[in-house]
Amino acid sequence: MSPVTAGVLQLLALISALALAYRPLGDYMARVYSSERHYRPEKWIYRAIGANPSASMHWPAYLRGVLAFSAVSVLFLYALQRLQGVLPGSLGFVSIDPDQAFNTAASFVSNTNWQSYYGEQAMGHVVQTGGLAVQNFLSAAVGMAVAVALVRGFSRSRTGGLGNFWTDLVRGTVRILLPIAVIGALVLVACGVIQNFSGIHEVGRFAGGTQQWNGGAVASQEVIKELGTNGGGYFNANSAHPFENPTPFSNLFEIFLILLIPFALTRTFGRMVGNLRQGYAILATMATIWIGFTALMMWTEFAHHGPAPEIAGGAMEGKETRFGIGGSSVFAVATTLTSTGAVNSFHSSYTGLGGGITMLGMQLGEIAPGGVGSGLYGMLVMALIAVFIAGLMVGRTPEYLGKKIGTRQIKFAACYILITPALVLCFTAVAMALPTPADSMTNSGAHGFSEILYAYTSGANNNGSAFAGLNADTQWFNTTIGIAMLLGRFLPIVFVLALAGSLAGQPPVPATAGTLRTDKPLYAGLLLGTIIVLTGLTYFPALALGPLAEGLAS
Amino acid sequence: MNTSVKNTTRLLGAGLRALLVLSVICGVVYPLTVTGVAQAFFRAKANGSEISDGNGDTVGSSLIGQTYNLPKRNPDDPQEAAQPDLRWFQPRPSNGLGSNSVNQRYALILSGATNRSADNAELVTWVTEAKAAVVADNSTPSYTVRPEDVPAEAVTSSGSGLDPDISPAYARLQVHRVAERNNLPVRQVAELVTEHTEGRTLGFMGEPRVNVLELNIALRDVRKG
Repeated sequence: MSPVTAGVLQLLALISALALAYRPLGDYMARVYSSERHYRPEKWIYRAIGANPSASMHWPAYLRGVLAFSAVSVLFLYALQRLQGVLPGSLGFVSIDPDQAFNTAASFVSNTNWQSYYGEQAMGHVVQTGGLAVQNFLSAAVGMAVAVALVRGFSRSRTGGLGNFWTDLVRGTVRILLPIAVIGALVLVACGVIQNFSGIHEVGRFAGGTQQWNGGAVASQEVIKELGTNGGGYFNANSAHPFENPTPFSNLFEIFLILLIPFALTRTFGRMVGNLRQGYAILATMATIWIGFTALMMWTEFAHHGPAPEIAGGAMEGKETRFGIGGSSVFAVATTLTSTGAVNSFHSSYTGLGGGITMLGMQLGEIAPGGVGSGLYGMLVMALIAVFIAGLMVGRTPEYLGKKIGTRQIKFAACYILITPALVLCFTAVAMALPTPADSMTNSGAHGFSEILYAYTSGANNNGSAFAGLNADTQWFNTTIGIAMLLGRFLPIVFVLALAGSLAGQPPVPATAGTLRTDKPLYAGLLLGTIIVLTGLTYFPALALGPLAEGLAS
Repeated sequence: MNTSVKNTTRLLGAGLRALLVLSVICGVVYPLTVTGVAQAFFRAKANGSEISDGNGDTVGSSLIGQTYNLPKRNPDDPQEAAQPDLRWFQPRPSNGLGSNSVNQRYALILSGATNRSADNAELVTWVTEAKAAVVADNSTPSYTVRPEDVPAEAVTSSGSGLDPDISPAYARLQVHRVAERNNLPVRQVAELVTEHTEGRTLGFMGEPRVNVLELNIALRDVRKG
């Protein structure tokens, strides 16, 4: 069997596994977020929080909950890293410097997991397991809560209530993420991912002498890193490290975990708005982009244009033997079309066009299928833009799911889609204009520019992967990428919740013969076109200077 | 003003309590539970898949790649380039590996890739030199390696720098050299490679591969035998 055939078969296996999980998981999540019943342990948690789990919140209250919880999380994670040097169970590792601790705290709370540190030499057990891995759960649960609040905005009428943030946060964590994480972690251990609390210890070597390893709760962190579309590796090499991703099967399983919840949430959405076909239209758009990007990536990586891959006879730089080009390409696309940013191969060493595909995937806004929660709400904002454009063409007030999309809604949607490109392009421009940030580049020319464009694209879109030649552990990059991650996460959430509130307050509009059918292939095509045109117009000039220049030269 | 300060404080307090409770669940109970089950049922794997040689000495992990180099002529010279010990099967290059830059009482290996772009001049040099070395090292009086026979992964660094595997093609290419250096029949070494070749999982997942450490352990047993 040729490597190309094997790559295609792996993609098909992945599609089948996701299709099998789609209905049960999507329906289960809809029940979790719709149920009136609180389990007893959940009631204890609500009592500890001091929240009434049945009180429905208006959007400002919901937003205040999100922001207060996230602010406390940033401060807590910052403090944990700053105190690492005096905390027991930290392998004797020193405290993290202020700029890096801020960057890392912002990164993990914003579901980005950009890492300017080397996991194996900097972060001890307490910070990894008690801080970083915890945020892998909670930042994901926050994303799902916001997405569900927006869906409730569509499904409810003449009410300001979007549900209760604390309830959504707790249920997302204990009813959805935790059970899957426990099973997934054990599957990974069975593949060979380590799970222990050893200190740093010596292990013999074949040629004599010893090597030093650190132990750690890697499997339990690895699984939620993928499932929660977080991406922060226990080790510097992330999911390329054999202790994080030891076999071809674990590789496919990790890609499955990345895509599992984001795709299934479209079913949850269809269920909650009472029309499954609306969810299928969104799913079709997401899946088309994902499969298209994967096909393009396999094509360019197998073709291996570029000076070094041509001499080597294949684009294997930065890729592991056990995954090969197929297993690496599928992972690279899945991680950048979601907000994951875990890597099993290093994007900086991909062909010029391959690197461009990873960057474009993030620049689409990570909506195909996107991060847990953030993918769905990002795609729904795009869906509003698409009906708006269709409405302009025929001169009708646009509607979506029985809601009028008026000036107020379009303003919120427009603000949403302008934030990340503004952050990416402004920060990149400033970094390129200043004298010192360019010192961090490993590569020169178009690829050097790409390193910086990639860094801010990854930060502002909450991805977390990197063209890792860039030395990002400088005060400039730690601070500016930290700011880009926080603004890129929480400003869009402000507009999503405001939008949800404005929708929930409306009376429903009955569908008429003139209503655009948003559950049909025609609409899915329109949505796809809207996404590509919007992203293309925004980022083409920047992409032309970086990956396109590099890719077309080879 | 006063009520808004009070409300904010109350909200932050709720956020802090929520964080602490959920941290106990996700950061203490969950990892300890997984560790307990993992240690009970998958002890060897959960502790790093350590592997022993014929004498029962632990010589590493079957998952973590190692280097098989000659001792340095001057152990104190950090500039001296390592020379491969050609008696053993050689792994992929690992130009992206680093060493500890903080917490320096440890000597940890930092996993990582080179992150050099496809058009990077340094990478072009590395690949070109690696290819020439593979051709030169593996050509014996009775066996000539042609540059086009060298597989891509033999001259490129992996993502982790710790790739435990090479392709079966690269292992077969080393057979004649290894046989000659160890005074073993070519057929016997070639059989070792065949025994240690692992195909794709279920026929389609990943790529066929040979675990270099396991192969070298078997080779050492044959040499002694």
